[in-house]
Amino acid sequence: MTQDTSVDEIQSQALGALGAIDDIRKLDEWRVAYLGRSGRLTSVLRGLGALPPEARREVGQRANMVKSVLEKALEEKEEVLRQAELQRSIEGGKLDITLPGRRPNRGRLHPTTQVVREICDAFVAMGFQIVEGPEVEWDYYNFEALNIPKDHPARDMWDTIWIDPPSESEKPMLLRTHTSPMQIRVMEKTQPPVRVVVPGKVYRYEATDATHESQFYQVEGLAVDTNITFAELKGTLYEFARRIFGTERKVRFRCDYFPFVEPGVEMAIDCFACGGRGCRICSNSGWIEIMGAGMVHPEVLRHVNYDPEIYTGFAFGLGPERIAMLKYGIDDIRLFYSNDLRFLYQF
Amino acid sequence: MKISLNWLKEYVDITLPVDELAHRLSMSGTEVGGVTHIGGMWDRDKVLVGQIVRLDQHPNADRLRLATIDIGGEQNTVVCGAWNIAEGDKVPYARVGARLIDGHSGEPAVLKSAKIRGVTSEGMICSEKELGIGEDHTGIMVLPEDAPVGASLLDYMGDVILDLDLTPNRPDCLAVLGIAREVAAITGRQVREPSLAYSESGESVSDLASVEILDPDLCPRYCASVVTGVKIGLSPRWMQQRLMALGMRPINNVVDITNYVMLEYGQPLHAFDYDRLVDHHIIVRRARPGEKMTTLDGLERDLTEENLLICDGGGSVALAGVMGGLDSEVTESTVNVLIESANFNNISIRRTSARLHLRSEASLRFDKGLSPELPMYALKRATQLMVELCGGSVAQGVIDIYTGKTEPASIHFSAAQVNRILGADMGLGEIEGVLKALGFECTEVRKGTGVEDPRSVGAELSVTPPYWRTDVRIVEDIAEEVARIVGYDNLPMSPLSGSVPRYEPDLERELREKVRNLLVDAGLQEVLTYSWTSLVNLGKLSRPEGLSGQPLKVFNPMSLEQEYLRTTLRAGLLSTLALNERHYGASSVNIFEVGSVFMPTEGDLPREQMMAAGIMTGDVLTKSWDRSATAVDFYDVKGVIDALMDGLGMVPDYSPVEDGDLLAGRTAAISITGSRIGVFGEVHPQVLERFDASSRPVYLFEIDLAAVFAQQRTPNRYQSIPRFPDVVEDLAVVVDTSTQAQMVMEIIMRSPIVSSATLFDIYEGPQVPPGKKSLAYSITYRAPDRTLTGEEVASIRSRIISQLERELGGTLRS
Repeated sequence: MTQDTSVDEIQSQALGALGAIDDIRKLDEWRVAYLGRSGRLTSVLRGLGALPPEARREVGQRANMVKSVLEKALEEKEEVLRQAELQRSIEGGKLDITLPGRRPNRGRLHPTTQVVREICDAFVAMGFQIVEGPEVEWDYYNFEALNIPKDHPARDMWDTIWIDPPSESEKPMLLRTHTSPMQIRVMEKTQPPVRVVVPGKVYRYEATDATHESQFYQVEGLAVDTNITFAELKGTLYEFARRIFGTERKVRFRCDYFPFVEPGVEMAIDCFACGGRGCRICSNSGWIEIMGAGMVHPEVLRHVNYDPEIYTGFAFGLGPERIAMLKYGIDDIRLFYSNDLRFLYQF
Repeated sequence: MKISLNWLKEYVDITLPVDELAHRLSMSGTEVGGVTHIGGMWDRDKVLVGQIVRLDQHPNADRLRLATIDIGGEQNTVVCGAWNIAEGDKVPYARVGARLIDGHSGEPAVLKSAKIRGVTSEGMICSEKELGIGEDHTGIMVLPEDAPVGASLLDYMGDVILDLDLTPNRPDCLAVLGIAREVAAITGRQVREPSLAYSESGESVSDLASVEILDPDLCPRYCASVVTGVKIGLSPRWMQQRLMALGMRPINNVVDITNYVMLEYGQPLHAFDYDRLVDHHIIVRRARPGEKMTTLDGLERDLTEENLLICDGGGSVALAGVMGGLDSEVTESTVNVLIESANFNNISIRRTSARLHLRSEASLRFDKGLSPELPMYALKRATQLMVELCGGSVAQGVIDIYTGKTEPASIHFSAAQVNRILGADMGLGEIEGVLKALGFECTEVRKGTGVEDPRSVGAELSVTPPYWRTDVRIVEDIAEEVARIVGYDNLPMSPLSGSVPRYEPDLERELREKVRNLLVDAGLQEVLTYSWTSLVNLGKLSRPEGLSGQPLKVFNPMSLEQEYLRTTLRAGLLSTLALNERHYGASSVNIFEVGSVFMPTEGDLPREQMMAAGIMTGDVLTKSWDRSATAVDFYDVKGVIDALMDGLGMVPDYSPVEDGDLLAGRTAAISITGSRIGVFGEVHPQVLERFDASSRPVYLFEIDLAAVFAQQRTPNRYQSIPRFPDVVEDLAVVVDTSTQAQMVMEIIMRSPIVSSATLFDIYEGPQVPPGKKSLAYSITYRAPDRTLTGEEVASIRSRIISQLERELGGTLRS
């Protein structure tokens, strides 16, 4: 048996042993046995010095060749076993993906807050600014300056909650019945052009039922400039309706009466639930009334020293709860301030 | 106001379908809130006027009868269980196949042929309920004696009732004639005014009666006529029907006529028994202080000088414009009648009816301000009807005291002025056409003939509103008239033009909305509660800081629950908590509210203080398939405050504080740079008990947003990412149990090389001496400009340890 045969034999034995290994941890044992410091191939290389020079060279070459074959085989085997191991671990780690996840606690804004923001955003995008005013008001701002003097028959339109003045003040104080007093407060402080929206709470002396609350929100709007027309009132409110209720909405304007505007307007949109055919939501009319509006009455402009010969404007007001009721199909306005969490969690 | 279509058609031709008419009225400002069809379902040939010609006992049933019904040349026998009928009565008769309402189920049904106890009923006679015009099912509806036998019931009494939601500016529409004028204008028809002609005879009215107005400011006009020899009785069926259709109860022919004319013209009238008027002399005057009178409803009223009275030689006979008195009422024995048709000051009427809580059909018309021209038309109409229907004769002439007459004001304008408002391009002719259709008198005038002002050359219109339109005064009113008749939807629509105003931010509002977002991000649900509260609820809490004196009181609260304006958000939140726990089955409640509280200010509007407050109770982590529940505690709430302040760019300090509603030792004040902005802590169990809330720990926080707003917000500046590595070490120190963690933390953080420290364990027990606790920190050391050496870290560490020793008596835990 020559050294040659011995080297070849080592190769075939080593490859045979390698092929039988199925555990990546046993590879090191194999490496030590064949390629380690006292492994079989290393022994051959160590014994080269004892060989005659010719044989030394031949065996040396042969042994180095076998060494690189074995090293390559080891590398390949290792890769194969690593892949197999990965596969096993993947298969062993399957989860029941239908188990419930761990939800972070989610907070929500009150639906009224959400809708107030939506409404304001639509007008802000048209150059309006958001302003706010006091909820407890003087009669002057809530009525007088809005062309509703004392004993005016139109006062019946707003059932008022009055405040006992803490002192002997002559001026009647009340919980504002609408956000319209801010029309006056804004115009008193600034010069045209004016474009504002006023969100806020308003109050009415009213027995509550499914469609009436004694506290609710309103969003008031006012635009005053040198050339604002009824046509622009229509155009602005139409654009608002498209933004809030969908770009395919149709609008309808009819004559209505509010003492602080002339002409007075009520705007309706075609019913988004039935497309105008008539359903429960629109009381079979095909139309849903969503806001009151009108051209600012010249008396109101005079109250804030705006010259009605120079300036015109329009004002509007709408109820966010009503919009929310329409959008979400809520059938009882009292749900908004009863604060039942089962209601609030739905928005 | 209800309007009968049949009645309306007396004054104007209507060819539009009812729904279209209702729509057009609504669009032009007369909102039709509902349409009721009387007899809308009746088949013209199957539901008829019948007369009971014979009533026999049913052969097989004691409680049934057989009624033979004549319907004009044809007689049918029906089985009937009602007992309110007699032979000769006229009743609604329905043939087999007629559509009716089932008297028991209330559902529509078609009348089928039926054999009842062996006798076939040839149709049936009907109750109001079966006809679908009322709820009465106790007996058969008996028709008036003059009902035409055999006629279709639909022709005899079918009608459409429009229910109008009117606006207070249009008292003229509180009248059938007023609505007829609207219909005429929007449909291009003419109005047929009622006849006012009658013949007078006998004495002059001025010999029979006299009128004296002592307070003409409250009574601009008083008209009266005297009708003698009237026969009091029922008014004719058609008049009764119309009154009932509009919701009024027929009384007798004289009273019915005054009501009828009021509904027709909108002018309230009053009929006095002429012979019961002392001296036949009418005095119109203010009530004297302390004066009393008994109104028609039998109540004695206390009066003041604000109330206007109609008096005779003996005393008060009517509360002017509101209600008549008992003493001069028209009765069955009345023979001679004085008809009053007057104009009263609307503010006086309004105050009188408001103060006496007495609203009548008359007062609700007068208080809107009626035209002083109206009384004469209405008086003549009522007088004419009284002659026609009560058999009286009219004294010659009318009394007319008209001290408040004013010339009708005309309005001058150009088409440009109308177009400036409407953004339209209407010609003067078009505008004139609309106004004429509404009864305005129009004259075209040439203004500025080129000499005074060459720019204003052009046509203008001078218009005078018709007498019944008291609401049209200025060109804006004219613009509305034109727009509503043309149709708002037929006018141009354009986007908003002009310049956008300069941006003026509302930073307080922005802060408030940011607080809302941050609290939502922290997992809390926003609630909105009422701005008012009860004294009882306020009494459950300690007195809010900043409230001196009483909270603002509501003058006219709906209930005790809304008697005061809130001075704290706490009550609303605790009530919401209790409500959700007790009635809505909530286990965990994590809620907040952002809103105003109202602090009274002497002689001024209250200070509306914007607050944010919240409540946390229940589980912060709910029970799940791999973990048990974790209850909310103090530090969860503190974490929410930390996150909120961090989001606002502020660094809060906490210090122990006392709060009447929170547990001592479990309450912290929140401060920013030394100024207190709020408080949080565990709610006192007694407070929870008062609100009927659960007794488990409930935590509450409350932040004054105005105080937060007053603080400088640290601008958020970028800091460069560290370039050199951190050294992280753990350090455990043993200190007295009473030592606050914050004191240890402050010492650790003194060196600028310590970039952060986290408390990761607190231990009390056998491993440390009694009265001591071990606090374990993970400390991160970092220098911005170099890699720290072991020696540097060791030296800082030993400095920390020696300072802990010296200042807190702390020792390193081995």
